[in-house]
Amino acid sequence: MNSKVTRLALLPLAIIAIGAASGCGEAGGGGEAGDGSSLTIYSGRDEEYVGPLIERFKQQNPGSEVEVRYGDSAELAATIREEGEKTPAGVFFSQDAGALGALQEAKLLKELPSSILDRVPSAFRSAQGDWVGTSGRVRVLGYDSRALAPSELPKSVFDLTEPRWKGKVGWAPANASFQSFVTAMRLSEGEAKTKEWLEQMKANGTRSYEKNGIIRDAIADGEIEVGLINHYYILEAIKEGEADGDTYPVKLHFFPDGDVGTLINVAGVGIPEASKQQKAAEQFASFLLADPQQRYFAKETGEYPLVKGIAQDPSLPPLSSIKQPQLDLSDLSDLQGTQELLQETGVL
Amino acid sequence: MATSANRLPVTGGFALRGVSPLTLLAAGLVAAVCAVPIVYLFIVIVGEPAAAWQAIWRQGTLRLLLRSLALALAVGFTATLLAVPLAWLTGRSDLPWRRGWTVLAVLPLVIPSYIGAYLFVSAFGPRGELQKLLGVEQLPSIYGFSGAWIVLTLFTFPLVLLPVRAAMRRLDPALEDAAHGMGRSQFEVARSVILPQLTPAIGAGALLVSLYALSDFGAVSILRFESFTQVIYQSYRSSFDRTGAAALAGLLVLVLLLLLTVESRVRRRRSYHRVGPGSARKTADVPLGRWRWPAVGFCAAVALISFVLPVAMLIFWSVQSVAGEVDWGQVATAAGNSLLLAGLAAVVAAIAALPVAWLGARAPGRLSRVVDLLTTSGYALPGIVVALAIVFVGIRLVPILYQSLPMTVLAMVIVCLPLAITATRSAVIQIPPRLEEAARGSGRSQLAVMATVGIPLTRAGMLAGAALVFVAAIKELPVVVLLSPIGFDTLPLVIWQQSSRSFFESGAIPALVLLMVTAPGIWLLVGRQR
Repeated sequence: MNSKVTRLALLPLAIIAIGAASGCGEAGGGGEAGDGSSLTIYSGRDEEYVGPLIERFKQQNPGSEVEVRYGDSAELAATIREEGEKTPAGVFFSQDAGALGALQEAKLLKELPSSILDRVPSAFRSAQGDWVGTSGRVRVLGYDSRALAPSELPKSVFDLTEPRWKGKVGWAPANASFQSFVTAMRLSEGEAKTKEWLEQMKANGTRSYEKNGIIRDAIADGEIEVGLINHYYILEAIKEGEADGDTYPVKLHFFPDGDVGTLINVAGVGIPEASKQQKAAEQFASFLLADPQQRYFAKETGEYPLVKGIAQDPSLPPLSSIKQPQLDLSDLSDLQGTQELLQETGVL
Repeated sequence: MATSANRLPVTGGFALRGVSPLTLLAAGLVAAVCAVPIVYLFIVIVGEPAAAWQAIWRQGTLRLLLRSLALALAVGFTATLLAVPLAWLTGRSDLPWRRGWTVLAVLPLVIPSYIGAYLFVSAFGPRGELQKLLGVEQLPSIYGFSGAWIVLTLFTFPLVLLPVRAAMRRLDPALEDAAHGMGRSQFEVARSVILPQLTPAIGAGALLVSLYALSDFGAVSILRFESFTQVIYQSYRSSFDRTGAAALAGLLVLVLLLLLTVESRVRRRRSYHRVGPGSARKTADVPLGRWRWPAVGFCAAVALISFVLPVAMLIFWSVQSVAGEVDWGQVATAAGNSLLLAGLAAVVAAIAALPVAWLGARAPGRLSRVVDLLTTSGYALPGIVVALAIVFVGIRLVPILYQSLPMTVLAMVIVCLPLAITATRSAVIQIPPRLEEAARGSGRSQLAVMATVGIPLTRAGMLAGAALVFVAAIKELPVVVLLSPIGFDTLPLVIWQQSSRSFFESGAIPALVLLMVTAPGIWLLVGRQR
């Protein structure tokens, strides 16, 4: 009987010991050295989209050990912050500029070399040089081309409050991209005007959906005429074979003249101040901004390449033709006020 | 015997009434490990007290806290209303197919509440299946408080059912017979004899349910109930305000303290063990008579809503998505990892719970309340707070274990431990302290007493606790995302990845696999009972 207890008591010790041994192995393999031989990536971007790119990076650096922790961008940013000096993250690959902006504000990112920063236009990188955008997405108005001619489309996102659009607009208030857009509106147009817009949109019977993709399908089903979404959702539907590009009823409308409705947000990378893998991290950032990978974004994820001279998907207007609102993307980290506003107006 | 029931002879000189120093030491060690989240909150708040105050004094904090507390209490209440009759029917009556109903009544536990919430919205929400079926323009909104209330009740009530059913089955029929013999009516017996004996089980179960509702994030956000936990998540996710989040989480600790105090009042100062010689007879089943079929109808209705329908929807979606690509290799690896992680967490938690349960049962008082607070905090705080706390403390204290399997297991134990403690403690309070006295009086060491008396008599409770931890740990997501070894995919992680990239429906197959691998845990809980 006594031995049974001893055995029971020893079990957790044994587990910890085994784990410690395996933990040692990992620490030895992943944590060491700035010789470019290993890299730990914290990725807020989905494995489906960036997994193939990371495979390619491994192939190009055969001796290196590359590991990826996938998660939510903001939660990974919070983790890097809690880890502080000891962070195992060599590089942070974020889904949006906001999470990178937050780490920059906490002074937890290293300044990137100009050879990396200069690959993209200044609007798509940190003003301080702490992070760089790697691909872009544009907020657009998806519309039902069977119901609407291009000439009937609104000139500004503010026109969607008109009676013409009553009950015909879809949005996704809980979606992060939508909230970034509202944040941009607060920054560029002011709190009062944004609040008024939200209230009028709500009064105009704007329909709430869970996600961008569902808005797209609701337009395709004729349930609504227009919806506020990211541009690549249309390409995704066409690519998944639901329709070919010409017959798919949902088309994209880019609000003209720098309207805040066409916010361009980016996914990007930053190197933690405490990164022990700076060389490999810089290699990874350069890799993402090299021509073949920029073409990958254009072709495989339907996003906008940010490096000059790389063409976007042929069905999209070039990035240079889209006039974007005047904004520092790092400032989009201020989402708190946006969510309070969405709740105050009863939109969320 | 000359010694009184609650004073045990102890050789070492130092003892807290009925508890040996070794038990005390072990309980202290467990509490110290479980204190990680509270220590972290303290460090963060003290680091920037001004920002913390600012977050707390913001408009609406109190209102939000009260809303969340109201949800927690409402869910605890309705879960009890649902669970007690079910426990009686499956535990004490001659209900037909009783064993089958018992298993069905516990199975909702295997459905993660975030999946349950999503299924609920797809069925009853705007543009949902019911609306299509009825062909109506609009249904009453299921979002907000009522939706969260219903969903959380449906997928947590077995946490009340299990301890209450166990307690009912352990009741000593001699007490009821005596009451009947004194001419009391059936109702009076139920009120004055049975109910008081069930109070600790109900209190413990309702507390677990309420704390779950308080800390839940997934279900309430899908159901768009603006809860306190959601605000904490938003503080991290959208304003990157760790101090504000920590301050709000600190308030949750105070709420936890309040709820624990209420619960321990219910449990304290009563004895629940048999005093006379011999052991209790088995209880006899109460005949239902003409209530037989209505009772079956009640059990069937609960099973239909809380388990059969959700599973049917998952199967429907799975069949639809088979046409797409399912990475079966990834799902299989994830299933293996999930089983390993949840299994280890269950074993470690069952052992860690033993001294804490012993302390709580034998020496309820200020010390055991502090231990309770510390060991419950990981369960009651939002997952993201606990995960970041373990990140913060883990990487500084034991960097060598950081993001390794043992640390993930430990994190799971911190999150799930109260489930094991509650189950074990309810077994301990029914052991007469005289048994330990007798064992110790015969000159055995403390370890030997634990081995010959403690563990054998609490084995059923420990096993139930381990099973509950297994079922809870296998569903856990935030801790795994941030703390697991890189590349260590679990089923909830796969469900999250698949459903976040496009539609929830594409996560149906891993979700179904999750339900299937969790089934053995349910078998451990109830399958072996008659």
